[in-house]
Amino acid sequence: MTQPLLALSDVSVTYPGQAASGLFGKPMVFKALDGITLALNKGEVLGLIGESGSGKTTLGRAIVGLVPVASGEISLNGQRVTNQQGAARLPFARAVQMVFQDPYGSLHPRQTIGQTLMEPLKIHGTVPPAQMQARVSALLARVGMTPNFAARYPAQFSGGQRQRIAIARAIANDPALLIADEPVSALDVSVQAQILNLLADLRRDIGLSMLFISHDLTVVRHLCDRIAVMYLGRIVEVAPAAAMAARPAHPYTAALMSAAPRLHAGAQARAPIILTGDVPSHSAIPPGCPFHTRCWLYQQKGRPARCHTERPPLASLPSGRQSACFFPDETQPAVTA
Amino acid sequence: MYHGPYDTAESHRSMTLLAVKDLTVSVRSGANTAPIVDGLSFQIAAGRCLGIVGESGSGKSSVALAVMGLLNAQALQVGGRVELGGADLVALSPAQLRARQGRDIAMIFQDPGSSLNPVQRIGAQIIESLRAHQKVSRVEAAQRAVEALTRVGMPDPKGMMRRYPHQLSGGQRQRVMIAMAVILKPRLLVADEPTTALDLTIQAQILVLLKDLVRETGMALLLISHDLGVVAEMADDVIVLYAGRAVETGPVAQVLDAPRHPYTLGLMAARPDMDHPQSRLAPIPGTPPRLWQRAAGCAFHPRCARASAACSASAPPDVAVGPGQIAACFHTGAQGALQVPA
Repeated sequence: MTQPLLALSDVSVTYPGQAASGLFGKPMVFKALDGITLALNKGEVLGLIGESGSGKTTLGRAIVGLVPVASGEISLNGQRVTNQQGAARLPFARAVQMVFQDPYGSLHPRQTIGQTLMEPLKIHGTVPPAQMQARVSALLARVGMTPNFAARYPAQFSGGQRQRIAIARAIANDPALLIADEPVSALDVSVQAQILNLLADLRRDIGLSMLFISHDLTVVRHLCDRIAVMYLGRIVEVAPAAAMAARPAHPYTAALMSAAPRLHAGAQARAPIILTGDVPSHSAIPPGCPFHTRCWLYQQKGRPARCHTERPPLASLPSGRQSACFFPDETQPAVTA
Repeated sequence: MYHGPYDTAESHRSMTLLAVKDLTVSVRSGANTAPIVDGLSFQIAAGRCLGIVGESGSGKSSVALAVMGLLNAQALQVGGRVELGGADLVALSPAQLRARQGRDIAMIFQDPGSSLNPVQRIGAQIIESLRAHQKVSRVEAAQRAVEALTRVGMPDPKGMMRRYPHQLSGGQRQRVMIAMAVILKPRLLVADEPTTALDLTIQAQILVLLKDLVRETGMALLLISHDLGVVAEMADDVIVLYAGRAVETGPVAQVLDAPRHPYTLGLMAARPDMDHPQSRLAPIPGTPPRLWQRAAGCAFHPRCARASAACSASAPPDVAVGPGQIAACFHTGAQGALQVPA
């Protein structure tokens, strides 16, 4: 078996919560991520999808080291990189880059685009000073912008253009892995398609591997090779995108796919699944399967005791899929013609 | 002048509740005036849902606020007529308008968190809005508030009355807003991006609730959204708005099956399709224009694959392209490079 580019093994991230009881009570601890095991192969685009509080953003931040990992291991090309600090972290920081959701908050407003793009080149000393300008021009061209934009400030650009600049900065030092956290969520539909095509081009042309984090199932389905679905800090399903779209192996995935609005009502005969209630709080994660309180399959099967007493592990299925459901073969909702 | 899809013959088919005629919302800066909404006309019948879809800066939220009479009269100029049951809301005095807001027309917003008073209990807020419009006792108001919370599917409605907004989830807050909006049985509900801040599974719950309420109460729903998919699932009719103008209008299924305006086509092709994966998306080049930088003639022509000299010279005519379907374009018949996704 080939070595994955990025491997997470039983990774957990905790946040301190409110004091539990009384002034001297032991503070509660929230598990934002609970035992994440996931691998990303070289050249692969892996989608990470979930609702608010699922932990998808925390996972991206934990990988790049923006939040400390409480337990478990993260490795890049087989090298352990968990919680690296200072100079030891530099090679990793160069190899893994991030693009954030808000193109208005992620660029320095008082730096020209040229200065912004030169910064990573200077930090890592990858380009001799004489070639800086040429490299900046090439980066701008790479993301579909003209070299004269280098002299301008972020305020002069639209959201889509700023996201192109943020991507140019991320690929400045030829990273091995790009982590994109909701990179198109703040953009209009027509502009969103431009950025999705740009990411697809980068992947094709320079073989960029990507972890694409999003709440939007249609976008993830479009761009990614494989999709990991998160719920309450755990991964509930991993599968190739096409296979997942054709037949989800977890009832939560099935509900997400059913809830995605379609342009043509009759495009696919489907029974709409409406989940009841809200995502439970991290301070009161249900026992057994964390999803059972909202699960349509649990209701349909007459509330099997196993679901609310025993936590289903993320188990491997045939055809390289994984599902954290006791009934992965019954997760296809009844089709209404 | 723009003629809505339901003018003359069509309007007799069902009772028109809201008729917006040549609505213009403009902002002035020095000697210049820029129209945010530019001569928009439409009608909604009772029990129907009209969706207005557009990108940022299209003017869709201004339409909602103009219909509600919530635009700042000092900063903006509002022209045209907003007729609800025959009366022109634009011409009403602030006091007359206030009497109708909430009672005849109610509104829910994108962010239910900022629409609720953070230091007042949910129950008190619903009771207050009810008693502002109807003479009812506190006891009766509380009873009706619990009924309304029950109707919108709140878990533990009695307990919810005593909670504060921060104790509720986003979806629950939007349910409270809907309860406050429908407790007075308005004839028209204006919903501006009601599910945009919510998770997908919660969005599905709220959309089903709104649909049920329209069916049960016969109120009309004006749904504003950036998401063509949400409008497709909810609306009977759609207006596609670009730079303050209706570029395409008609029954929603028909417009989405056979879009005739290049912008509608573009919006559809730019959207990833869950059931029919595309190898590559077809984005619309450029970005939506800013208010002061709208192009002359057809505002879409700088981004349009079909644009010709005529498009920059004058505003395109409204062309009837199907039963009840109108596209404001010089090239509705042309087969351009854009294709509807299969």
